[in-house]
Amino acid sequence: MNRLDALRGTTPPKPHDARAIAALAANPGCTRRALMDGAGIDKDAVARHLGFPAPFGQSPFAITRGNAFEALVKADGCAELIRMLRELLGLPIDEVAYHDVENVGAHLRHTHTRALIDRAARGEGVGTVYDHPLFTLGIAGHTAYLEPDVVAFQLGGRFHIVEIKSFAVVDGQADPAAVAAAARQAAVYVLALRTLLEELGHDPLRVADDVVLVCPENFANRPVATLVDVRRQLAVLRRQLSRMTSLDRLLDALPEDVTFDLAPDADGRPARPVAELADAVRRAEARYAPDCLSTCDLCFFCRDEARQEGASDLLGRAVRDELGGVASVREALALADGSRAPAQGQEEIARLLRGAERLRRECLA
Amino acid sequence: MSLLTSLARLRAIDEGVAQPIATVRHCHLSARPMVFIPLKLSGEAAAPLAAMLGTDPAEPRLLAVAQPRNRDLRFAWTADLAGVLLPYVAGFTAETETVERRGADPYERALDAPQLIVPNRAGVAFTRLLGRSTRFRRTDGPFPVPEGVPLLGRWLTYFAERAAYPGSSLMLAATDELARHWASGQSALEDANLAALLAWITDGPDDAAEDPLIWPPAGPATDPGFDAEVLAPAMESGSAERIAEALRTQLEPTWRLVWRAVELLRGLEPGASVAQRWEHDRGSFSGMTAQLAEGAPPQARRDGAVAAAARLSRMERAQAAYEVQRAYDDPLVMAEYRLTGEAFAGEVVDTVPGNTEGEGRSRKLRPLVTVKTDDPVRIPPGTSLGTPERRGQGAELVSAGDGLVTLKITKGMGRGKTPAPGAVPEIGERVCYSSLTDEFQGAAALPEPEATPWTHGGPPRPYEPADEDAREEWS
Repeated sequence: MNRLDALRGTTPPKPHDARAIAALAANPGCTRRALMDGAGIDKDAVARHLGFPAPFGQSPFAITRGNAFEALVKADGCAELIRMLRELLGLPIDEVAYHDVENVGAHLRHTHTRALIDRAARGEGVGTVYDHPLFTLGIAGHTAYLEPDVVAFQLGGRFHIVEIKSFAVVDGQADPAAVAAAARQAAVYVLALRTLLEELGHDPLRVADDVVLVCPENFANRPVATLVDVRRQLAVLRRQLSRMTSLDRLLDALPEDVTFDLAPDADGRPARPVAELADAVRRAEARYAPDCLSTCDLCFFCRDEARQEGASDLLGRAVRDELGGVASVREALALADGSRAPAQGQEEIARLLRGAERLRRECLA
Repeated sequence: MSLLTSLARLRAIDEGVAQPIATVRHCHLSARPMVFIPLKLSGEAAAPLAAMLGTDPAEPRLLAVAQPRNRDLRFAWTADLAGVLLPYVAGFTAETETVERRGADPYERALDAPQLIVPNRAGVAFTRLLGRSTRFRRTDGPFPVPEGVPLLGRWLTYFAERAAYPGSSLMLAATDELARHWASGQSALEDANLAALLAWITDGPDDAAEDPLIWPPAGPATDPGFDAEVLAPAMESGSAERIAEALRTQLEPTWRLVWRAVELLRGLEPGASVAQRWEHDRGSFSGMTAQLAEGAPPQARRDGAVAAAARLSRMERAQAAYEVQRAYDDPLVMAEYRLTGEAFAGEVVDTVPGNTEGEGRSRKLRPLVTVKTDDPVRIPPGTSLGTPERRGQGAELVSAGDGLVTLKITKGMGRGKTPAPGAVPEIGERVCYSSLTDEFQGAAALPEPEATPWTHGGPPRPYEPADEDAREEWS
C-alpha cells in the first residue's frame, strides 16, 4: 500500500479545494498540514475526534445567499455573466456556448474538461463558458483534484477564470481580506488551467492573469464584475509550491507505524482511541501561527500544543520576528531578566530584551 | 508592535494575566456613553438583525428586526434606531461655548459631545455600512423611508469616519481601547475577541471565551451554529417575539462585557492631553451639527481627489500629534522611544543656568544641562528636543556619549538675564528628553476642488441627490 494511503488508513479521502491549497501556500513550512493534505485526510474530522473542533462554520443564511447569488449570475446559460464579460473585457461576444462539465460522471469530469479545453485551445468553436470544470494540480509530488465552483471563460483561444463571490462591493470597495482570499483562490485555478494547457502542448500564457471577480453591488443582489490582477498571488503560489518539501522526504522522516487513520466503525464513526491519534498527529511537526486560526481545521489542536510548549509562535509572526527567533517564552523572559546568558548570535536580542525589561520595571515601579 | 509590548505579552503568558502597557488612559470616556452592539444577518453586507444599546448598564434597550428577511421591516428597525440615537445626539447640541479664533469668526463649540462605544472594529465597519445604506434615502418620493432614517445615516457615517481619525474618542471600539492599554498573552488576532481579551485582563485566559454557547460572538456577525439551530427556526415560526428573545441571548453577554471594558478603562487616570483631543472632538461634533443645520448634502459616496488628499493630510497630522502626545503623557509609551534611542531619561548631574549665546542685544539665555542616563541615545547633535516635564520648553542636543548627554535649552526661557525659578532642572532632578516633538505642521497646500487637475480626474461633479440614490435596492 502507498505510504500516503497508509497514513489515511481506512478513512475515505477528502478532495482538495482551492481554499485548502491557497492556505497551504500560506504556511508551507507546516509538515503536519502538508502530510495530511497530501494524503487527502479530512482534517476537520481529525480535529473533531481529537476534541479540538475547528472554529469554522457557515451560517445557513450565508450559504443560501451565496447559492442564490450564484444561481442568479449563472441563470439562463450565464446570460448575466456574459453581459458583464462583454462590458468588462470589451469583447465582441456574439454567441457563447455553455458547457456544464458536471453533466458527465464524476470519474470522467477531468478527462472531459481536458478534451473541452484542448478543443477550445485549438480554436475550434466560438466563445465558451465552462461550468464546474475539474482541474488537477501537483501539490508536493501528489496530484490534487480541484473542483472549482467557478467558471472558465474562453474566447478566441484566450481563457479567463471567473470567480463568483457573495461579499458585497460597496461604492467600488470591498472587504480587503475577502478580496485577497478570493484572489489567492483564483490564482490556484489560473495555475491549474495553465498547467493543463501546458500538458496539452498549448501556450500556458493564454490563460489571463487577471481574473474576473463577480460580486453583488452595494446592498442589492445585482452582480458587478471586476478584473483582479493575480500576478503577485500566482508568483507566491508557484514559489511556495516548488519550494514545498516533497512529501517523500517528509514521509521518510516519519516513523513507519504512524497513521492518522480514524478507524471508522460500521456506522462511519471514528473509533480510534483519541490519545493514540493525538500521539500520531504530534509525530508530524506543525508550525503553528495565529493565522492558522482562520485557515486550518487543526488550528485549536496545534495552538494547544504550542501553549504547552510555551512557544512564542502563539503571539504571531510580528512578535516572533521581533524576538529575533527566540522560540520559547521562558527563554526570552530569562534573557530579559538576565537569568540566562545569551547563546552565540543572541547577544543583540538579549541586549534589547534586557533594555526593555529595565524600562518596564522603571516605569511600572 | 514594539519590543516593549512583545515583552509584556511574553510576561502575560508567563504570569497568566494581561500586563499594562500604559500608565494612563489615552482615550476620553464620556460620563454617559452610548453603548451600541449591532448584529447583522449573515451573508448580507449590511442587513441589520438587532442591536442592544443604551447609556445605562442596567437598562439595555433591545431593537430586533421583526422578520429579518423583510426589507420593509429592516427600514422600520432603522427608524427605531434613529428614535434612540438621534435624541441622544441632539441632547449635546444645546449647551455650547463661544470659541474665539485668530483671523476667523468665533464659533460655537458644544460643551460635551456624544460617544458611541461598540464592541470591536467590525462594529465600526458595520456602522459605516449602515450609515452608507441609509444616508441617501428620502422620506418622500417613490420609495419613502420613515422620518429620521436619512439623518441617522449621516450621523452613523460621521461617527464611523471619526473612529478612523487618530486620537478621536467620539466612537470607540472596546477591543481596540483595551488592547491599547493592556498586553494579553495571545496574538493580536485573538485580541479582537472581546470576551477573550477581557478574560486576560481580569481573571486570566479562559477557553470559554471562544465557546459561542458561553460567550456568543460580540457581533456584528452571529455564530453560525446559532443561525442554524436557533435563529432559522425562530424565523420560520414567524414569531417576532421568539426572534427577539433569541437575539437577546446573543446580545446580553456582550452588553455586560462592553460595560465591563468601560469600567476597566475608567479605572485609569486620563492622560494630560486627553482633554485637548476631546476638545477637538467637540469642535468637530459642532461642525457636523452646523453642516446639518445648513442643509448640506449627505456625505459623498467617495471623496473627490482634493477632499481625499485633504482628509489624508489631516489624518496624518493627527496621527503624528497623537503619537507624540501619548509618549509625553505616559512614561511607558515614552519608554518605547527610549528603547530605540529616540528619547532618554536620567538624572541631572550638572547645569550652567546662566549660559548665554550672542552678544549685546542678541544675547540670549541658553542654559546647559547635563544628564546621566542608562539609555542608548541615538540622537545626533543639533537635534531639537522636547520634554514632558516642561512642555513649553524646547532644547537642542549638544553632545552625547559615555552615558552623559549635554543639552541646551533653546525655547521658553523668556527674556530675563537669569532663568525664572524652576525653569532649569536642578541637579539631582530626574528628567526625560525626546527628539519626538509636537511641532506645528501646516496643512498641505491643495488646490480648490474646482481646480482639481486633469491628472486627478478634473473637478469633481458636485453631488446632486438623485432619485436613484434614494431608491437603491436593498435585498
